[in-house]
Amino acid sequence: MCSEHNCNNDDQQSGLSRRDFMKFMGVGAMGVSLTGTSMASGSTPQPPEKILDATDSVKIKLHINGREHAVLVEPRWTLLYVIRESLGMSGTKIGCGRGECGACTVLIDNQPRYACMTLAVEAEGRHITTLEGLMQGESLGPVQTAFLEEDAFQCGYCSPGQIMAVEGLLRQKPDPTLDEIRIGVSGNLCRCGAYKHIFRAAQKAAQLKRS
Amino acid sequence: MAEENSIYYTEGLPVPETPEAGESPAFWKDTDIVGKRKPRVDAYERLSGTAVYPADLKLPNMIYGAIRRCPYPHARVTRVDTSKARNMPGVHAIVTGDSPEARDLKWSYQDYEGPLFDSHCRFEGEVVAAVAAATKYQAHDAAQAIEITYKELPHLTDYQHALEPDAPQVHDKGNLVGRDTYERGDISTGFSEADVVLDQEYNTACQIHTPLEPHGCVANWDGDYLTVWESSQGVYAVQSELAEILGLPLTKVRVIGHYMGGGFGSKLAPGKYTVLATLLAKKAARPVKMTLSREETYLCVGNRPASSMQLKAGAKKDGTITALDFSCRGPSGAYPAGGTALVDWLIRDLYTCGNVRCNSEDVYINSGTVRPFRAPGHPQCSWALEQMMDTLADKIGMDPLEIRLKNIPTISQGRGVPYTSTGLKRCIEEGARQFGWHEAVKQAREHNSSKSHIKRGVGMGSCVWYVGGGSPPATVIIRVFRDGSVNLNMGASDIGTGTKTVMAMVAAEELGVKPEVIQIEHADTATTQYATPSGGSKTVPTESPTVRNAAIDAKQQLLEMAASDLNVEASDLVYKGTHIVSSKDPAKRLKVTEISRLKKRGVVVGTGYRGPNPENKTVNPFAAQFCELEVNTQTGQIEILRFLGAHDSGRVLNRLTYDNQVFGGIVMGIGFGTTEFRQLDSKQTGKLCNGNWHDYKVPTALDIPVDMESLPIEINDPEANNTGAKGLGEPVTIPTAAAISNALYMATGVRFTQAPVTPMEVCRRLSAHKEA
Repeated sequence: MCSEHNCNNDDQQSGLSRRDFMKFMGVGAMGVSLTGTSMASGSTPQPPEKILDATDSVKIKLHINGREHAVLVEPRWTLLYVIRESLGMSGTKIGCGRGECGACTVLIDNQPRYACMTLAVEAEGRHITTLEGLMQGESLGPVQTAFLEEDAFQCGYCSPGQIMAVEGLLRQKPDPTLDEIRIGVSGNLCRCGAYKHIFRAAQKAAQLKRS
Repeated sequence: MAEENSIYYTEGLPVPETPEAGESPAFWKDTDIVGKRKPRVDAYERLSGTAVYPADLKLPNMIYGAIRRCPYPHARVTRVDTSKARNMPGVHAIVTGDSPEARDLKWSYQDYEGPLFDSHCRFEGEVVAAVAAATKYQAHDAAQAIEITYKELPHLTDYQHALEPDAPQVHDKGNLVGRDTYERGDISTGFSEADVVLDQEYNTACQIHTPLEPHGCVANWDGDYLTVWESSQGVYAVQSELAEILGLPLTKVRVIGHYMGGGFGSKLAPGKYTVLATLLAKKAARPVKMTLSREETYLCVGNRPASSMQLKAGAKKDGTITALDFSCRGPSGAYPAGGTALVDWLIRDLYTCGNVRCNSEDVYINSGTVRPFRAPGHPQCSWALEQMMDTLADKIGMDPLEIRLKNIPTISQGRGVPYTSTGLKRCIEEGARQFGWHEAVKQAREHNSSKSHIKRGVGMGSCVWYVGGGSPPATVIIRVFRDGSVNLNMGASDIGTGTKTVMAMVAAEELGVKPEVIQIEHADTATTQYATPSGGSKTVPTESPTVRNAAIDAKQQLLEMAASDLNVEASDLVYKGTHIVSSKDPAKRLKVTEISRLKKRGVVVGTGYRGPNPENKTVNPFAAQFCELEVNTQTGQIEILRFLGAHDSGRVLNRLTYDNQVFGGIVMGIGFGTTEFRQLDSKQTGKLCNGNWHDYKVPTALDIPVDMESLPIEINDPEANNTGAKGLGEPVTIPTAAAISNALYMATGVRFTQAPVTPMEVCRRLSAHKEA
């Protein structure tokens, strides 16, 4: 059910590891530490400088689609919640809120990530790309264009996540095989079942990006 | 305004003839836009992120709702204490069964009416209280802080035991919702004529819709005017239910549903959550967004009920089916909701048989109620009937295609009237040819004679869908503006099937414009025309003729207007898209945009109504699907190699979205047949064990074949309606699972009668087979 890019959390190269996450959250279920650098890969555990209650707000800066957003968030707020409800960028969808469907997929430092499984405070200092960030002004970007031409959606609700998964894949593998495409979007459910057209769109997107 | 109107009208696009007022339009012979592969008119919005789904909507001052639900399958609420929750940060409003605004409100399930908040909770997930707070998190916290005391009651979650004398009672009057019987001919005569009689039990598991966008809405009051943005398949259905529950005139309830993230039948009507959102919004004097969690959508917004079916069938050696005796049991859930609705339809209607008996038994259990799910009843019945057809064929030494072709009915036997058209025979024959059926069968048999633990099989199934012909009522308005641009106004929702695109193509075909220049307004009860919900595969056959009628009405008015400018009879004039030209004197011509009355009025308003369906005939789509798969007899893993869907849905209006629909239905059928089942903890807590996408498996990109083919069987059907289109969305998922099971039989020699056939089920059955 889960693709490499979403399960590969122990890969130190690809962002926050599960171990780091546990460390980060290690101050207790309702608290969060503000060491500032706890997301850094491979850092040794440090005692938290400060323990916040879950409902205290903290000010963070999120780097989204090339712009910096200063936002006041509760430490427990997910990146998804902040993107949608605080910043009003509704291109990123909520499907399950528990890391199962991929509708909320965004790129964090070019890696596809479930924004519902990422706390906003964790994402500080990272380069986040959402669906809106793939637009070229008013025009659709290459992956979006390919989805349009190949009719790679029906209701369109999973599409932002599918598109971000394909975008992330193509940034790593500009010329993916069909199997790589299938694995690349396997963490993104489409209940309408438009998978076949999604595969075709991913292939076309690879072409469009090359040309 | 543009000097040249080519931005709207394209010179040289052929335009169908305009009928005289009151006459039916001629059936399209050749089309220029309709039937082509056309990307969706709203693709930009859906793919750029600018489309606002109800879950995306954010209004000024909007707050968030959350619902506290009963955690038990059967319990009585004895105390609800909101004192702690009321004082929590961000909380604006709380509604419970004791709240004055909710106390008298009712909620209905078919003919059953109960209170909105029923202290007798008959299923896990029943509403007990609702909160609105400044953030979603605060709403959730406050909902959890409400103190509720329950008295647990004995629960019944296994529908097979519902009618046993000592079964816990869901309702005082017992656990039987109702029985339905049907009979034609004489069943015993039928069996006495048979050379082969087979009797087999088949079971299918409960399937959950789980559209990607969770159910939800935003509710806002302006004084006593209510506006609700609902993730819905039918805004008018939501409007009428809300108006009735809240005691408001229809005009005070506006429902908007421009975009929605999938429904599959589960969003044909509003939910209690919708009413709760309106009550919270009223109480808080703020807009409230209420989006269900994924887990909630598994509990309380519908399912395809499990079914337990027994089918006894008789056939002669020549393949003639002599008798079908079918019985079925299924659960409605906690309230009457159609636990066995249409489960026997394929038995009654699909294959020629003079002697048929059907009995069904709908029962209560302590779980969320059924909602219509893509072809209600049909995939279940197909699972039984299509496997039985193959088994009969096997017994009499006939090819699965042949036994079906032997029994193609000429009339709808379930209704006793002819079909306007039936492509059943062609779907089977042409589908098999395109699939390479005989060659594939031969190759699979050769492959299976080797020692490999990977076995191969091919299988097929065919179907009819109960409705799919559409019907009145529907109204559509097409406005032609003085610059020649066009606005299409219809109430129908586009649930991802491409309704807007298809209707734009129909209007464009008739008006001689490009579909992309048509502005579409839809799914808003305040501003768009009446439509029934998008379900039953009826939207295209209902709305497309209506759109055509509206376009024709606009053209007739333009001809009348041009006639006075040109001083000729309107009947002499021909509408050519850019121009209106006299048929007698080609020199007498006028640009549409130069018609003086159009310029003066600014707009021409064409109205179309959906005409009646033909009398004493029925309009139905047909299909046959074919699949090839491999099964690993050691691990139980099934790999579906390819699928072909041959569908007679009348005229194809957009080949691109048509194919997409075929593939999507097959994917959902693969889920029904191989991965999806709701697991209730029947023996202990009665609770749902797999109410999420991790534990309840819907097909992913890795579970479906890349090799899927769509073969439209287009049959001209002018009697169906004036576009000749029949429904597609449901037949595409009916025979899929049965085709898989038939292929599994060829691969393994074992009949898999219990759906879904998971790897564990494969292993279990193969071991049992070996031991036997």
